[in-house]
Amino acid sequence: MNEADIPTVLREELGNIAPEMDLQKLDPQADLREALDIDSMDFLNFVIAVHHRLGVEIPELDYPKLVTLGGAITYLETKLGSGKR
Amino acid sequence: MPSLGADMEAGTLVEWLVKPGDRVKRGDIVAVVETQKGAIEIEIFDTGQIEQILVDLNSKVPVGTPLARIRTDLETAAGAATPTPVTPPPAGAIAAAPRASPPAPAPTAPTPTAAPLPQGPIVPAAGRRVPVSPAARRLAELRRVDPSAITGSGPGGAIVRADIERSLGVTTPVPAERKRTIGLDLDAMRTAIAAAMARSKREIPHYYLQHQVDVTPCEQWIARANEARPPDSRLLMGALAVRAVALAARNFTAFNGFYREGSYEPAAAVHVGVAVAIRGGGLAAPALHDADRISLDEVMARMRDLVQRTRAGRIRSSEMSDPTITVSSLGERGVEALYGIIYPPQVSLVGFGKIVARPWLVDGAIGPRSVLTITLAADHRVSDGHAGALFLADIGKRLQEPENL
Repeated sequence: MNEADIPTVLREELGNIAPEMDLQKLDPQADLREALDIDSMDFLNFVIAVHHRLGVEIPELDYPKLVTLGGAITYLETKLGSGKR
Repeated sequence: MPSLGADMEAGTLVEWLVKPGDRVKRGDIVAVVETQKGAIEIEIFDTGQIEQILVDLNSKVPVGTPLARIRTDLETAAGAATPTPVTPPPAGAIAAAPRASPPAPAPTAPTPTAAPLPQGPIVPAAGRRVPVSPAARRLAELRRVDPSAITGSGPGGAIVRADIERSLGVTTPVPAERKRTIGLDLDAMRTAIAAAMARSKREIPHYYLQHQVDVTPCEQWIARANEARPPDSRLLMGALAVRAVALAARNFTAFNGFYREGSYEPAAAVHVGVAVAIRGGGLAAPALHDADRISLDEVMARMRDLVQRTRAGRIRSSEMSDPTITVSSLGERGVEALYGIIYPPQVSLVGFGKIVARPWLVDGAIGPRSVLTITLAADHRVSDGHAGALFLADIGKRLQEPENL
């Protein structure tokens, strides 16, 4: 998986949860739960999807790092990047 | 056309998932019907072979109209070894009646004159019967993939969008689909909610109780349990809430059942209606069947599936017709308490507010604890506040011992 794909993957998966939102305009620092009106079940489905598509372990303790799009990108880049370069 | 609620008079057939010649077994989803409450997946209640489709796509037909003919295995055994759909022995019409409801209006005249076979759309996934998520099914149709050739990774082996994507290969970018093919009609849903809620407030003398519970034990237990689990099998507080209500409802029979025509019938099973908020405004509370008899993990898996399908507009006929009690949960955002309106003919609704951190007395010392407000809306024609209080307290007590849920 190319690292450049991470934002695309995240936007696609968020789009599956909140199809009516324009994710290109989503503020990377906004709290996803507020900005997209997603609940704990949506968030879990998001984590499951990201886990499957990127093959990244995401422990529950790390959920707070994923509450913004920017935070999620940084978190996943770090996880995927380590050991690659 | 099954009746999916007392107020339903007709439904529109929007999708056939089987074609003549297909093998079906009891519980398979064979068609999708659009109603005021959204698209409902119709399950079949016989095992056999589809012989003839009787209702064309996009036709609106009254409740009780036969949708298709099926040759059951018994009939096949008695007849020719290789049944031809052209000159069959008279076969019963599919009476896709919802579970646990009185027999659907007898499908009259199940001997239709040879209706022309539809030059039907190509229906994928006709072979192996594995659940396919709506998103996956749409993508499969779009890309002409046969889902029956794919191994599912969703709950219960269900095929989800990611599985289809994998089968297409990662090099093929698949744009996320923005539009529902079979959408929820939110205006129609609002009309249905209005009718049911107005009737409830007109007919049901509600009484309300509330109870504050320290759910720190649940939170700690969930955190520990989830530590070792992959995301797919992680638990949410909502599943514990449903399970606690289901177990309590089994013992407190005045809160689990139906009030119809002046009398109350307790239900034999506990089918918890899980209130699901629909994006854009709307609400449905399909049944999570036998929530008192399946494990917590199973409740969680089914809840995930139910919420996803409800939001995608894919509820099954049996789920629509037979919840015996409703659970409504505000989740982690929102406010502390929810006072529900009972969904008739049910007689109670248990509401869960947002969990909040509060100073709380534990063993004589004040400390920060996670506090949840649980409410009960119940029908005074069936029960009194005293019984309601015992029921609500029992739910609270069960949440103190999450390991027993």
